[in-house]
Parts: sequence; structure tokens; C-alpha cells
Amino acid sequence: MAEALAAGTTTSVELTEAHFAQIEKVDVAVHAFLYLDKEGALEQARVSDAKRAEGEVPSSLAGVPLALKDVIVQKGIPTTCGSKMLEGWRPPYDATVVTKLKEAGIVILGKTNMDEFAMGSSTENSAYGPTHNPWDLTRIPGGSGGGSAAALAAFEAPLAIGTDTGGSIRQPAAVTGTVGVKPTYGGVSRYGLVAFSSSLDQAGPCARTVLDTALLHEVIAGYDRKDSTSINAPVPQVVKAAKKLDVKGLKIGVIKELQGDGFQTGVLNRFHEGLDELVQAGAEVVEVSCPTFDYALAAYYLIAPSECSSNLARFDSMRYGIRIGDDGVRSAEEVMNLTRHAGFGAEVKRRIILGTYALSSGYYDAYYGSAQKVRTLLIRDFNAAFAKADVLVSPTAPTTAFKIGENVDNPLAMYLNDIATIPVNMAGIGGMSLPCGLADEDGLPVGFQIMSPAMRDDLMYQVGGTLEAALLAKWGAPLLDNAPVLAAK
Amino acid sequence: MALNYDQAVARYDPTLGLEVHVELNTKSKMFCSCATEFGAAPNTQTCPVCLGMPGALPVVNAKAIESSILIGLALNCSIAPFSRFARKNYFYPDMPKNFQTSQYDEPICVNGYLDVEIETDEGTKIFRVEIERVHMEEDTGKSLHMGGATGRIHGAEYSLLDYNRAGIPLVEIVTKTVGGTGKYAPLVARAYVTELRDILRSLGVSDVKMEQGSMRCDVNLSLAAIGSGDLGTRSETKNVNSLRSVERAVIGEVIRQSNRLEADQRIVQETRHFLEETGQTRPGRSKEQAEDYRYFPEPDLTPVVPDAAWIEELRATLPERPSARRKRLQNEWSVPDKEMTSLVNAGLLDVVEETIALGAEPSRARSWWLGEVSRLANEKEVDPTTLISPIQVAEVIALIQSGELTDKLARQVIEGVIAGEGTPGEVIQKRGLKVVSDDGALMSAIEAAILAQPDTAERVRSGNIPAAGALIGAVMKATGGQADAAKVRELLLKHLGQN
Amino acid sequence: MAAISRDEVSHLAKLARIDMSDSELAHLAQEMEVILGAVARVQEVAGVDVPPTSHPIPVNNVVRADLVRPSLTPEEALSGAPAQVDSRFKVPQILGEE
Repeated sequence: MAEALAAGTTTSVELTEAHFAQIEKVDVAVHAFLYLDKEGALEQARVSDAKRAEGEVPSSLAGVPLALKDVIVQKGIPTTCGSKMLEGWRPPYDATVVTKLKEAGIVILGKTNMDEFAMGSSTENSAYGPTHNPWDLTRIPGGSGGGSAAALAAFEAPLAIGTDTGGSIRQPAAVTGTVGVKPTYGGVSRYGLVAFSSSLDQAGPCARTVLDTALLHEVIAGYDRKDSTSINAPVPQVVKAAKKLDVKGLKIGVIKELQGDGFQTGVLNRFHEGLDELVQAGAEVVEVSCPTFDYALAAYYLIAPSECSSNLARFDSMRYGIRIGDDGVRSAEEVMNLTRHAGFGAEVKRRIILGTYALSSGYYDAYYGSAQKVRTLLIRDFNAAFAKADVLVSPTAPTTAFKIGENVDNPLAMYLNDIATIPVNMAGIGGMSLPCGLADEDGLPVGFQIMSPAMRDDLMYQVGGTLEAALLAKWGAPLLDNAPVLAAK
Repeated sequence: MALNYDQAVARYDPTLGLEVHVELNTKSKMFCSCATEFGAAPNTQTCPVCLGMPGALPVVNAKAIESSILIGLALNCSIAPFSRFARKNYFYPDMPKNFQTSQYDEPICVNGYLDVEIETDEGTKIFRVEIERVHMEEDTGKSLHMGGATGRIHGAEYSLLDYNRAGIPLVEIVTKTVGGTGKYAPLVARAYVTELRDILRSLGVSDVKMEQGSMRCDVNLSLAAIGSGDLGTRSETKNVNSLRSVERAVIGEVIRQSNRLEADQRIVQETRHFLEETGQTRPGRSKEQAEDYRYFPEPDLTPVVPDAAWIEELRATLPERPSARRKRLQNEWSVPDKEMTSLVNAGLLDVVEETIALGAEPSRARSWWLGEVSRLANEKEVDPTTLISPIQVAEVIALIQSGELTDKLARQVIEGVIAGEGTPGEVIQKRGLKVVSDDGALMSAIEAAILAQPDTAERVRSGNIPAAGALIGAVMKATGGQADAAKVRELLLKHLGQN
Repeated sequence: MAAISRDEVSHLAKLARIDMSDSELAHLAQEMEVILGAVARVQEVAGVDVPPTSHPIPVNNVVRADLVRPSLTPEEALSGAPAQVDSRFKVPQILGEE
């Protein structure tokens, strides 16, 4: 699209309008979007075209439309985080990521659906109804960023921004046949990302190809003085890496612990075929073991809820958000209690209670304290593994997209969806998911996960780009061409 | 029979603990770049960070760290080579995030001490107050309680919140338990807070005005029977808004707790509220259970690892310790102990030093501040330094020294300046207070007096010098007190042949 | 299996300022027990000699200079307020105000 814009064969307004038309056609069924900013987007598109006419092209993606996960603050635009708590809230400021997108001339179409406050693996925890997987509308699109991934898979947007705390970009990418990247922690500013788990959250680029993802990565990444955890170093050259299409001499580490029970056969098959492609392209496969991975899920489900119980305390109806039960007689505390009861969904409440427990006096050492130690061990495991291999790989998710409603009553089963993605957030390294085929059992997309050492995001783009090209050559056409055509309603 | 203070301390041993919160005078807030001006219109100095808006993130103010380290160094603390921020989680509408970003088990400064001097029956004694820790945190917003003042009006009560103050840097200074003070506990407490205030002022890190809230003191006190070796159960008293209140709060709690113990009633560990009017304390907000703050390391901020060389640079900038300065000034000015203590207790040392630096003669500077200015200040029940400035006092003293004002006239000038009539020069003009020292003018007044009292004049002529007093008095009256009395005497005696 | 009683959950809900019905509390107590049972295993490897990690990418001393930058206007600050009076956030009465 950027090329077409550059060549003048299309305009940003045309692109924007075309995407709104597609959204109108399919989103009733998919429900990827929570809010569409038609007026604002078309205005941005007009400005982009006008600037281009005068030779002003702020970035290689200028004029291209994008979908923004609703956990990211956009000034004046309703930002709900998929929760009733923030229904109707229009932030008075822009996230740094949004500022960068605007400066790059990218057109923000609207906000996408998500699990409430980014907690979930299926987007079923949204207070506004689930999003449906374009591959099979009865199935989940993954979570928490199901809306962004579904929008890409349904061609409602060519680019999207998601956030990833335990796999919320990568797992939806896997089950929708799209590409999603969680950059190294600190690579993209968190200023303006409504916090779920501060030491794990990262915003990241999503698209249908590795190159598009790389282009978007370079727009949003970079040091931000408003985020103390932001990395003060140049943005890695991921576009260059994505174009390299060469993995000769690279060592690919296959993680033993992410291969066995719990992984769907069809998923493992496609994963291994992907590995074969990389070997054929000149890479060497080595087996590595990360024994602490067995404890990663447990540690994550102590650290993330603990941090979120604190991060979500601010939602008390005093300064913004909904207010329930204020009859002029009740106290502030009573109104807080009632508001938080009505405003938060079950999963959010569950995690807040779990986190409150894990941090409480008498239990801190056994739970939160121990989980932080597991984190140290995970980092050590990764360091040892990266001493043997340049990148590490695994299937992104243990299964393909499950049916909507299948795991809703079983939190533990739901949590298992993140088993392969969580360790990446715990260690703060980079992780990518790209499509590596459809599972035989159900014809649904399978994701291939590539993990690169901290500050070396370029490596995952290098390997991802090469794998994508090889698979494309093998398939003859992009995987998404196989997705069912969504009928207009 | 209720115990009074002396009886109480004869039977019980007090153990003190003092927690002082200091608002730093940085230009911007602790974790964001909003201004920290006092008295700004509500919510005009707020941003997503200090309002705790979704998505906002903190970035720590370097100057606040520097000020905290200076405070720690001045209090003889060790500066932690590695310190971290932590979240203190609890809900309150004046807390935008419903957690306070503070420090928990890794504070920036630990293990210091402050020596304070107190007057005991056996003379001046030095008492060492040990300091547990100094740590950084942030202030909360301000709430105004509205409606339902007299009797509850249904639906009329609510609160209004201004978050301008939220996020202003606070430093908390916590003492270790202070034992062995015996009956001097109130004095030790007061002396500690006073000395601390003086040190903070000399460091220039805060304007330390207790009345304005830029320095807040919580007093912890417990009692145990003398010789028992116990510590007792402590109470925490807040709303202690002046140095005098610190002393009174300790006295009040000693009396309250001792009387309960005498009646075999237990002391409840609780937060209490100091009542200015009575010097007593009342129970604060009752809490069903002790609050569990669920501290954990702040993930949004990085650890503070101060460079050792930088710490030494800061140490070299520490100003003279107030107690050392006091000794030096006392020597320079040759001031007796008692007067020095009065000066210090009245908080007049700085203004006196300034006045002297402007050229005033030391004993005059002291006596005017301690005397006339303090007298007027006590009448108005305010701090003497708020009434008049060192420049103005120095000006008046200079006029005395040059002979243009007598002490009596000077007193009127000072009164006029304090009343807001203007500068010393303006007051002198308006009130026409110049000393009449023109010989001619004086002579006419003298001659008039002699004419009016010929017998008295005759007595003086014949050697009765003291009789001249009546004539001098008459001249002074005639000149509205503006004559230089000494000059009048000189001229009068000469005129009457008595040099 | 870590047992967690309904009273404990009720206490946690109070700490977290979330009203909960009796049935919610009962249900949550059950879920907590299951989840805690699964996550408690972190203790197995959390040895005394293993230091905790709170920041995945270790950096120190990130600070900013003591400079003032423009704040939000009061209108912007209060734009999301459920209630306001004269540029102040209006909230229900705060109990225990001194």
C-alpha cells in the first residue's frame, strides 16, 4: 500500500475509505472494533495526501491505515480497555506510541476489542462482547489483543498495534494467521499504555507480513523520556533484517520443554515443517533445555496479578470512569466498592484478588517473592540457551483457535494458552509469531514463535523474514488467501 | 486522683519516636514536571502522571534525590549504595493512584543521629537522637470537606479535591526509638524537631514552615513502669503543627497514658489527633484492622545507585551545622548563655545575624529583636520575623547609631513599620519623628522651660544637678519626645553654668 | 493445596475495595484455592540464594532534571470527572476526615 501511495496509484483517502467499507461489510460478524473514528481518520488521510502532494512524506508508512488496541490512550477518542469501568472515557492526552504514529502520518481508523484490561487469551473477557476469528466465526481470535489480530485477518486494516504481557500479541497472531511482535522490554514506550503488569507489558507491531511488521516496529520504537523503563539506545534495524532473507550459519535453538504434552499434533507438525524450511535455508538446529519453563506459568500468574492489583487500584470513580451508587449519602469508600464491583468483570476481579493475596503480609515471600526468584532463574535459563543458539523457537500456542465459550469457566485451562509465550515476557526478551501453516485436524492457522535475545530484535526479524519467504514459495500464495471470505450482513 | 505530668514521669518511663515529613522545595514535582507553587488555583498544576490517569508513568526528579542525600548526610546517615522505590498500596480519594510511590526496605539513607541540647536541672546536656532512616515519597492531594457543618443535612455532604499538591516530593525522617529521656522527653522532642528544622533550612531544601505544612511531625509515645524494662504500647499523634505543639503533645500523651495505666486500662495502639486548644489528643479514624500496605518494588522506576564520588562532593557542600554556628556566633557576639538560648528559642538567630551583617551593632541588633519586636509579636501572637525585616531593623538601628533617632523615637518607628505604614524612612516622614538635635531649636525649648520653672532653674544653677530632670522633662514634652535627651541635658546644664 | 476461606476472600475484597455478594465470595474462594494450588509450586525452586528480579532489563538511575513543563489545563484535568465543582473534583463524603 505504501508503494501504491508512493507511486500515486492510490491515495490515503481512498485507502481509508476502502477499509471503512470493508469494516462495514464484515465487522458485524467479526466485531474487531469497539470504536471507529471515521471523521478523524478521513481528516488524517486528507492531510496525508495534501502533504504528499507537496513532497512531504514523514515515513514509509505515511497514509496507511491502522487499527489501535483499545488499551492505548488516544486523545479525545473513547478508550475503554474493553471494560465497563472506562465506558465513554476520552483521554486528555496521547500515548507516546500514538504521537509517533501521528507524526509518521499513519491513519488511525479506530480502537480494537480486547480482553478487559488485557487480561485473557480469547477476547471473551471484553465487556463489550467477544471478537470472532475470521477463519471461523464460532472461534476465538486469541487474546487479549484479539480485535487487532482479527482486524488484520479480515482485511479491515493492514496494520495494527497490540500490547503483549504474556502473549497478547503473539497468541492472537498465531490463531489468526497473522504476524505479531513483542519487542524487547523497553523497546517501545509504555507511556499511555493502560498498565496491566508494568514489568511485563510492551506495545508491539502487528501486520500480515513480516516486512510490514518491521516497518511499523521502526515507527513506534525508540527511547521516551516519559517512560523510565524505556531503553536509551538506537532502534534496532529490523527492516534491514527482515529483508535479509538469509539464515546461513545461524543456530536455531528448539526448546525441549515447549514440545510435548499439551501441544496439539497439528500444531507440532506445522512447527517442525517450519524448522525444516529454516534448515534448508542454511540454519543449524540445536536442542536447548530451559527447565525453569515448567514454573514460568505459575510465576507469571503471581507477578502479573500482583502488579495489576496495584495498577488497577486507581479505578475508583473519583477522577474519571464510571461512578456507581453515588446517592449523596453513601461515603466515598462505599461508592468505590460499588463502582469496582460493577465496573470490573470476573477475570479482572479474580486477578485483583489473587494479586492482593500474593502481596499481602505473611504471604509475600511464599508467593510474589518466590515468583520473582523464578524470574531470575528463567533469565538464567535463557542466557544459557542463547549461549548455544542465536534465536530460540517454539510453537506460539499449544492449540489452534478454540471455540468461543469452551474455556470460559476454566481459568486454569485458559491460562495454559500462554505457556509458550509467557517466558519471553518474564525475561524481557523479544518474541515474534508468524504463520507457518494450517493444522490438519481443523484447518486453522498455526503460529511459529521466534525468540531473540534482549536488544537483538533484528534477529527474530531476520529469521522470520526468511521463514516467511520460504513458506510463501512453498504455498504459492499467502496463507490468508485460504481464509473464508466473510459475507456481508 | 489524676496524675499530673511530674507525677507521671516519676512512675513511668517515656519512649519517644518522631516521624517528620518534609516537603522539598524543588521547582517540579517528584515524578512529573508540574509546577509546585504554593497557592495556585485548583487543579492548574496537574498532569496525567500526578492525576494517576490510566497509562501515565513516573520519572523521578534528580534534585529530589540530591536533596534527600544532603539531608541524610547532614544527619550523619549512611547513604545506601543501592536504594529502590516501592509501592505502598492503600485507597484514599486524595491519592490519585491509590498507592503511594515511596520507599520500603531499601531507603536512601539509614542509621544517622542528631545531637540536641536541652536544659536540665544539672545544666545543659547533650542528647543523641538516633535516626533510623530517611526516605523519599510523594505528597497527596488536598481535600475540602463540604456541607453538613452543624447537624447532618441529608445529601449535603461531599468532598472537593485539588491535586495540585499530589506528587510534590516529600522526605520522611524517622528516628529510632528514643529512650532514656525521662522527664525531659518533651524538651528532647522539641529540641530535635527544632534542630532538624534549622538544619533543613540551612540546607535550603525546604522552607520548613510547620504552619504551612511544609514540615509535619508525628509524635509516637509509649510508657512503661520505671525499671520494668518494657517499652509499652505506643500511640501516634498527628496534627502537631508547631514546635510548641510537639512539646505539648508529648506532655499530653504522657499524662493521658499514665492515667490509663494507673487505672489498669490498656493503651490502644492507635493514631490520635492533637488538639491545639487543650493540648490533649483525641482518637483518630478508627480502623477495624491494621492496614496491610502490600509493599512491592516499584516496577515503573529504576533503582537509585548514587555515585560515591558524587556523594562526597555533596558532603563537601554541607553548610556549618546549626549548633556549631550558634557557638561561633555566641563567641563573636559575646552573648551570655541565657540570652543566646532566648535568641535561639525565639527563632531569631538568622534575622539577628542578617541585621548585624547590614551594619547594626551586635548588642543593639539583639536587643531590638528580642525586645521591642518580640514584644509586639507576642501581642499579635505571631512570629517576630513575619512582622519586620532585618533590612528595616538595621535601618532603624543605623539611624540610632547616627543620632538621628533616639531609642524612644526608634520604638515608634518600629511600631509604625509593623503597622504597615511603610519603610522606616516613610514612617519618620509621616509621623515627623526626626530627632530634634538642632541646637537652636533645642535652645528655644530650653529657654522656654527655664522661664516656666524659674525656681527649678535656680536650684540647678546652685549645683543641684538632679533637679535638672524636671526641666529636661519639660523640654522633652515640648518637643513631643523628639529631642535627644542627652543633648538637652548637655545644653541645659551648660546654659545654667553646670558643665 | 492452599486452603483459602471465604472470610479470607472477603478480607481481600475489602482491601481491594470491591463489593462482593456472598455467592461471588464463595465462588471466588473455590477458584482461588485451585489457582493457588497451581501457582504455589514456585516455592519449589525459589531457593534462599536466588535473588529476586523486579526489572527484566536492569538499568539504574533513570532521572529527569528539575524543570517545569506545562501542565494540563483544569478543563483537561477534569474532563473525565464524574462530578466537579469550581475546578475541583467532587467526590462523595470521605469518612473519618480530620
